[in-house]
Amino acid sequence: MNIFRIFKTVFLIDFLTGLWIAIKELFKPKKTLNYPFEKGKISPRYRGEHALRRYPNGEERCIACKLCEAVCPAQAITIESTAKEDGSRKTTRYDIDMLKCIYCGLCEESCPVDAIVQGPNFEFATHTREELYYNKEKLLENGDRWENVLAANIKADNPYR
Amino acid sequence: MEYLILLFSEIYKILYVLIPVLVSVAMIVWLDRRIWAFVQKRRGPNVVGPFGLFQTLADALKYIFKEIIIPASSNKIIFILAPIVTMTLALIAWAVIPFSEDYVLADINVGILYIFAISSLGVYGIIMGGWASNSKYPFLGSIRSAAQMVSYEVSIGVIIINVLLCVGSLNLSDIVLAQEKIWFVIPLFPMFVIFFISSLAETNRPPFDLPEAEAELVAGYQTEYSGMMYAMFWLGEYANILLMCALGSILFLGGWLAPIDTPLFEMVPPPVWLIFKILFLFVLFALIKAIVPRYRYDQLMRLGWKVFLPFSLIWVVLTSGYLLYFDLLPVY
Repeated sequence: MNIFRIFKTVFLIDFLTGLWIAIKELFKPKKTLNYPFEKGKISPRYRGEHALRRYPNGEERCIACKLCEAVCPAQAITIESTAKEDGSRKTTRYDIDMLKCIYCGLCEESCPVDAIVQGPNFEFATHTREELYYNKEKLLENGDRWENVLAANIKADNPYR
Repeated sequence: MEYLILLFSEIYKILYVLIPVLVSVAMIVWLDRRIWAFVQKRRGPNVVGPFGLFQTLADALKYIFKEIIIPASSNKIIFILAPIVTMTLALIAWAVIPFSEDYVLADINVGILYIFAISSLGVYGIIMGGWASNSKYPFLGSIRSAAQMVSYEVSIGVIIINVLLCVGSLNLSDIVLAQEKIWFVIPLFPMFVIFFISSLAETNRPPFDLPEAEAELVAGYQTEYSGMMYAMFWLGEYANILLMCALGSILFLGGWLAPIDTPLFEMVPPPVWLIFKILFLFVLFALIKAIVPRYRYDQLMRLGWKVFLPFSLIWVVLTSGYLLYFDLLPVY
């Protein structure tokens, strides 16, 4: 142990340097977000809570092709369909088990009519498991609520698809 | 009837000290977390109340409503007694702390010995908690804690002898009044530093928080505790930290005395000066928690026995020699 090192140890030089750095850091702006009041930026491709969209005239976009059900790697989607009066198909049941879902975005990718999409909402935690078994009603309601954002996101992402 | 009046007036006096202490413990927990967060560029608790000031009250409320789980194989009586002992011992030491010349609960002549005895007993709460839990980690944590607190108490005792040599009295008010000319932090600066570091070890604060080293021992002696009992351990710990800060400011920083004896400083009531000094020391405690890594156990023991103890012993000889040679020994 040389003299310099003994000097450093006895007079707590390293420690005092650390203390000085800590005091300087104390007054610097904070890096963390004030979360519930302030949120980070989300990409238009963000894969959050699911939604079923409608056409502007109120008709459901979903044509019950069941591509999303087929592609879903977690098998979280269950679809049952029937024929309408005009011969086209429509879903009678469209369930997503949000607990099975892995949020991979393949359903959105496979959808030919942009009916099932994943919106920017990630704050849908619930008290019970049952609330996370989404049915068609819930998904359509989500679509109605987020339509503006969803349409804007799809438009923003369109050149890259 | 006379006894009743006496009893009530005493209880009033006790509450007059105890309630401010408990409230400031709550505030100090908030301050600790906040400073810790600020150094790491986080925000810390800032939601409950203005600047998050009521965070600790919210936490306390949460702890009160939680279930107290008592392990089946534990020694139930000691298990329940341990947090009570810890908290009681942390609080009764405040009886002799002088907040100003006439604002002290028990102005006893052996005040410093009383505090020393109480803080030595403090280790019992931890040993009891660790033993009664009947589980590996609490037991290891409490053994470490006992060894650590005992070792550092020795060096704190020797440091206090330095101060007592300069004062000539064991009464805490006399210790403060002896610093009217010059605070002991200036002539006894190395002792102040060692006292400060030892009090970090004594209160199990980082870098000496080995008893609850979460990476090795889960939570040390608190592992099996839950609900209000855990909160009481926690409260006792912070009351102890506050007590150590108060002791440091009384022994070295002139207690309730103003830094300079000017009319402007005289306007500030004496207890406020003491509170300022306690806060200053506590902010140092909190900053240190944020910047230092944890000591290894053998390093901790080496520091206590091989560095601090001989150094403070030598300083006792130096102080007494100096006082004797220049004929400065206090006469009482």
